[in-house]
Amino acid sequence: MKLILHIWRQKNAASAGRMVRYEAGDLNADMSMLEALDVLNERLIEKGEEPVAFEHDCREGICGSCGFMINGVAHGPQRLTTTCQLTLRHFKDGDELYLEPWRAKAFPVLKDLIVDRSAFDRIIAAGGYISVPTGSAPDGNAIPVPKDKADRAMDAAACIGCGACVAACPNAAAALFTGAKITHLGLLPQGEPERHERALNMVAQWNLEGFGSCTNLGECEAACPKGIRLEVIAHMNRDYLAASCRRR
Amino acid sequence: MALDAKSPGGPIESRWDRARFEMKLVNPANKRKHTIIVVGTGLAGASAAASLGELGYKVKSFCFQDSPRRAHSIAAQGGINAAKNYPNDGDSVFRLFYDTVKGGDFRARESNVYRLAHNSVSIIDQCVAQGVPFAREYGGTLSNRSFGGAQVSRTFYARGQTGQQLLLGAYQALERQVEAGQVEMFPRREMLDLVVIDGAARGIVTRNLVTGQLEHHVADAVVLGTGGYGNVYYLSTNAKGSNCTAIWRAHKRGAYFANPCFTQIHPTCIPVSGDYQSKLTLMSESLRNDGRIWVPKTPGDKRRPEAIPEQDRDYYLEQKYPSFGNLVPRDVASRNAKLVCDQGRGVGPGGLGVYLDLSDAIRRLGEDKIRERYGNLFEMYERITGDDPYKTPMRIYPAIHYTMGGLWVDYYLMSTIPGLFVIGEANFSDHGANRLGASALMQGLSDGYFILPYTVGNYLAQAKPAPADLSHPAFHEAEANVRSITERLMSIEGSRSVDSFHRELGKIVWDNCGMSRNAHDLERAIGKIRELRQEYWQNVRVLGAADDLNQSLEKAGRVADFFELSELMCRDALERNESCGGHFREEYQTPDGEARRNDDEFSYVAAWQYQGDGAPHALHKEPLEFEYVHPSQRSYK
Ligand SMILES: Cc1cc2nc3c(=O)[nH]c(=O)nc-3n(C[C@H](O)[C@H](O)[C@H](O)COP(=O)(O)OP(=O)(O)OC[C@H]3O[C@@H](n4cnc5c(N)ncnc54)[C@H](O)[C@@H]3O)c2cc1C
Ligand code: SF4
Ligand code: FES
Repeated sequence: MKLILHIWRQKNAASAGRMVRYEAGDLNADMSMLEALDVLNERLIEKGEEPVAFEHDCREGICGSCGFMINGVAHGPQRLTTTCQLTLRHFKDGDELYLEPWRAKAFPVLKDLIVDRSAFDRIIAAGGYISVPTGSAPDGNAIPVPKDKADRAMDAAACIGCGACVAACPNAAAALFTGAKITHLGLLPQGEPERHERALNMVAQWNLEGFGSCTNLGECEAACPKGIRLEVIAHMNRDYLAASCRRR
Repeated sequence: MALDAKSPGGPIESRWDRARFEMKLVNPANKRKHTIIVVGTGLAGASAAASLGELGYKVKSFCFQDSPRRAHSIAAQGGINAAKNYPNDGDSVFRLFYDTVKGGDFRARESNVYRLAHNSVSIIDQCVAQGVPFAREYGGTLSNRSFGGAQVSRTFYARGQTGQQLLLGAYQALERQVEAGQVEMFPRREMLDLVVIDGAARGIVTRNLVTGQLEHHVADAVVLGTGGYGNVYYLSTNAKGSNCTAIWRAHKRGAYFANPCFTQIHPTCIPVSGDYQSKLTLMSESLRNDGRIWVPKTPGDKRRPEAIPEQDRDYYLEQKYPSFGNLVPRDVASRNAKLVCDQGRGVGPGGLGVYLDLSDAIRRLGEDKIRERYGNLFEMYERITGDDPYKTPMRIYPAIHYTMGGLWVDYYLMSTIPGLFVIGEANFSDHGANRLGASALMQGLSDGYFILPYTVGNYLAQAKPAPADLSHPAFHEAEANVRSITERLMSIEGSRSVDSFHRELGKIVWDNCGMSRNAHDLERAIGKIRELRQEYWQNVRVLGAADDLNQSLEKAGRVADFFELSELMCRDALERNESCGGHFREEYQTPDGEARRNDDEFSYVAAWQYQGDGAPHALHKEPLEFEYVHPSQRSYK
């Protein structure tokens, strides 16, 4: 199978980038999108051209490293699937694909398809945790957690921090990512004491990082490979509002 | 140098308590005067860095990914063991200890394993308090399952994403310390050398993976939590970036490497589908709880699995091991899969696969229950293979998954270089020749949360490291060493890519030092590795620039180290004339094909000392004594 790949090439953060057209042959339908890039890169190296830089690590949809826009869609056409798990079965021989990095002010491009997502770490550092120093925990069963709450917390905790939600959002908001963490921790009794501070601090950091505001467009939910639901944004807004009222 | 494990004596139940009492403490006001480098942000590194920061030390934390949250621990699926005995089914710290020593085929240190089992209980408490959303019962209590051959239910899990949730807990604790100013985080950095001053570990040289700059970091102690070296086989269940560079380069600075040939092959991975394949995906072995493993009775039976009637199927594990059945330990399950495939009864393309069939369980429990237990695993399988496991049995085959070997450490997790500590999969401790399922997560967190924070303090209080700074010549020497490796790699301008060499090396190691080994093939493998390594240094092609983000250069350095490590693995496998755990030497088996240990001659840890490039490694032996769990032939029949 063959694909025509138009790929964003950019030497580094300081230089300008451009789309470059490649014909990628020797592919087959069982390959993942990233394996297709591996094959292309082997050919480029043979020709003495620098391979395409893209981020990846686990290649099984859990580390959140991978991801780029495929024909304008974050992580490509298959729902609930990261780029590393997207197989070429979803494309036809000869298809033309446009691969570009996430585009957002808060995610500057470092090289080719790689962006800097460290803003996400800073949002977590601002409050995405439960303050419990090592050694100070009560017995694991001391505080029962109703199963449905634990399950919903797990649904929200499944976020892999890939950034597709930001890339898909016309405002480049970090609402789904931030909301997922606020919801995960806020649903659990262990997270209750810091619930309000957490929402205030994380949202404040999100604004500082240069992400846009959420206008409830819902594009993030459609792009999220882990099925994080818009509900988490509603949850975040409730906590944020309650916290702001309390502050006043 | 004599290898002193420093295991405390006395009754095993109180050894760790006594050791803790005897440790020297660092005065709280002095902690902030000590800088500690922690390389790695997996379960081991992140938990250690966070805990050290909480204690008041100044911590510098490093990882090669763009965020500490992406360390390979994130990918662990199945669960984490703890001797909580919540299900009231007879578990205890002693039983977990016993199972781990026995499961490791009597090649681990009893004192360490007991401590691990003891700490397991606190790990669960800590993680729950951090908000790890473990599975729960309707009454709100924690849920457990049995895992990987254990006869009690002691595994805690968060759907099929246990590693992810535990790591996020540790990562969040780490980020809290970053915010508090206790930990300085250095993502996208690769440690390329260890700096040793006056015999003690005092710093590292890293490459900034965005700018290519080489950076120096000085500290009073260095901790490596850099994970396992399974990627030496190229195809493995590890993340693509997992590598041996940090531990290998520390090894070349004097840290002994223990039991390098002890590697674990996981029985339930998705089979290889073509040469382009870049990694293998694990299917959690929790599936073996409800799944039955079989192949057709007759070689070459090409019928679809559904069309093969019961009487033509061979449920070979249930047949051969009636008491453990499909839940035999990993090494046994893997070897038997290879055996039936070697007999020509393997299924799928190339005949390298066996069926893992959940249809009985689906009938018994209903599709909903199965979906709840394994839904995300089934989805993953379907996404990769295009087959729906609710309708047709999955195909699985063993793949390399974990490395029990690693840098040698004493009871205090310190390597043979004073001030260099090694934690998590990067060290060799606790799992002997075979790791039990759900025990790596436990070990990483035990090391990081509950052992290292004390033992580092003990070291600092005693060693009282003299002031050192970046102007010391050892930093310049280490940087010059790194620079020369980089320059050599970039200047070869050969014709083959790094990946093509890595793939070829991986195949040599898999074929000769994988699921089963013999002296003849191991000798040959060493020759082949040397030849290929020589070609590598003459013919590899690394494009781009050194002072830029350059993924080919990153890989090139890692593969250079894999070449050296793989040779030592074969040497170690050759030296160990017995079969034990994951190390199966064809010459040493019982008449019915089971591994035959040789306790009289090989009840030791093999610790290898680097003696210079080209010179053979020196072997040091740490004898193992078993006072509590008496060595017996493992039998799962
Ligand atoms: C697919 C899969 C499933 C698994 N499932 C389970 C399970 O269910 N239960 C279980 O107990 N175990 C499981 N394991 C094993 C377990 O996940 C690992 O052994 C464990 O997570 C290793 O943790 P670690 O902290 O030692 O290292 P890792 O998590 O591998 O972290 C290594 C860290 O070191 C950093 N690093 C490495 N080299 C360098 C360098 N040179 N410079 C700077 N930084 C560096 C990396 O950036 C990373 O942060 C599984 C393993 C795999 C592969
Ligand atoms: S919310 Fe979804 S899309 Fe956004 S970072 Fe998390 S996993 Fe990625
Ligand atoms: S590479 Fe880890 S999620 Fe894609």
